[in-house]
Amino acid sequence: MSATQFDMMVLVLGVCGILLVASFVGHVLERRLSPDGSNPAIENLNARINAWWVMAILIAIAFVAGRIGVLLLFGFCSFAALREFVTLTNTRRADHWALATAFFVVLPLQYALLWIENYEIFSVFIPVYAFLLMPIISAVRGDTQHFLVRIAEVQWALMICVFCASHVPALLTLHIPGYEGRNVLLIAFLVIVVQSSDVLQYVWGKMIGRTKIAPRLSPSKTVEGFVGGIACASLVGAGLWWITPFSPLQAGAMAFLITLMGFFGGLVMSAIKRDRGVKDWGHLIDGHGGLIDRLDSVVFSAPIFFHLTRYFWSPG
Amino acid sequence: MTSLIAKPVAVVVLLFARAITAVRPFWHEGRLPRRRSIFFANHSSHGDFILIWAVLPPRLRRRVRPVAGADYWLKSKLRSFIGRDVFNAVLIDRNRDGRTMDPVESMGEAMREGSSLILFPEGTRNQSDASLQPFKSGLFHLAALHPDFELVPVWIANLNRVMPKGEFVPIPLICTVTFGEPMHLADGEDKDMFLERAREALLALAPKKAAE
Repeated sequence: MSATQFDMMVLVLGVCGILLVASFVGHVLERRLSPDGSNPAIENLNARINAWWVMAILIAIAFVAGRIGVLLLFGFCSFAALREFVTLTNTRRADHWALATAFFVVLPLQYALLWIENYEIFSVFIPVYAFLLMPIISAVRGDTQHFLVRIAEVQWALMICVFCASHVPALLTLHIPGYEGRNVLLIAFLVIVVQSSDVLQYVWGKMIGRTKIAPRLSPSKTVEGFVGGIACASLVGAGLWWITPFSPLQAGAMAFLITLMGFFGGLVMSAIKRDRGVKDWGHLIDGHGGLIDRLDSVVFSAPIFFHLTRYFWSPG
Repeated sequence: MTSLIAKPVAVVVLLFARAITAVRPFWHEGRLPRRRSIFFANHSSHGDFILIWAVLPPRLRRRVRPVAGADYWLKSKLRSFIGRDVFNAVLIDRNRDGRTMDPVESMGEAMREGSSLILFPEGTRNQSDASLQPFKSGLFHLAALHPDFELVPVWIANLNRVMPKGEFVPIPLICTVTFGEPMHLADGEDKDMFLERAREALLALAPKKAAE
């Protein structure tokens, strides 16, 4: 067994252990407080824990399948996220071909560029080429009503759901001296830090949360949850230094940045939901809502994490 | 032979519909519909009945038959294979003059055989700006002749955006199928009163339009 496989095993066992404890606690709470399934908070908690199992298993399978597995997994995430996002936009019939291009040309191409590891085109394809192409396709249909709103929405959807999300699997393309063959652990680091930050913010907020941090955007987020969650998740990140090319201090600093971006990403996506008058982005994941509800913080932190790692650890 | 192909085709259609629309049902008070039901729904796309069919549990799906216009579904070999063999549609002649079989009679026959129906009482696809067109009278006659069937209003949301008329590439968007409270023909209710009540019940399920 190689060192990478060994580290991966330790991670998988660790995550399984945490989920087992969570499932056990959820089960006990259900027996005590909601034996007939009548307490929605407990039911939601258990639905969330079950969904966590499914997500953890899916990610583990993708890791075992290697590069193609990771690309397919995140390609599917982009597809499902884009589907949720476009559902809430003002797009009209005249945008039909622009949207078809977004789903069936831009999205697969972005992931194909990762497959052939062409970083130059990968990094400008959506911000430049799709950005110019999409409004052209919409314009030739001649419908000018809400035109700027419509093309801006499509571009925003592509940036968030495809461009930013694709920076998670893009971590596989980095060449870091002394870290060859271990890049998949960078994805594990990012996902574990972001998701544990979400969970820890929730836990701290439930325990000692008093002061609302953004009452108009996200009434459940509190200052106490924010500070406690970010601090603890940064410690989790520092504790995971051994799977990264970073020192413990660097890993902690990276985790701090990741969780900060994740937090504000959650706020931005909440603002969009409020504006559109919905509570969740969709219904793909039982108990969590839509895929974007789970992915929002990953999406905001992935490009920053990718760039910092690339600039400082990947020479040339 | 055709039935041998029809089954896998049905599964493929189902998977495709789910991949594009991630369709999600909302049941009335969380309760599944009864076995003897007439589902009447808004009609904006040829795929409408497929979404209702897709969200019904297999036990109900096996016994449900969509009601569709023979003029459209018999036009080509492929359409008639999909309409007749895959979805076992009750094909009715929408042309009043010169038809040999009364639509209410054809539907009644299917119901007597134990099938549920998916019916689009607007008669044709709604291309107008109105949410719902006036209802044809068939629903009333069925309700009067078969009081043992529950009439279930069903609102299909968003499918018209997935594939607008004249386009052939579907856009992946999330669709929902909302089932309303089952209804029956009331004592002494006449045709117009009943059709208006049914139409109101269906409209009440439509999601409120997002602020533009």
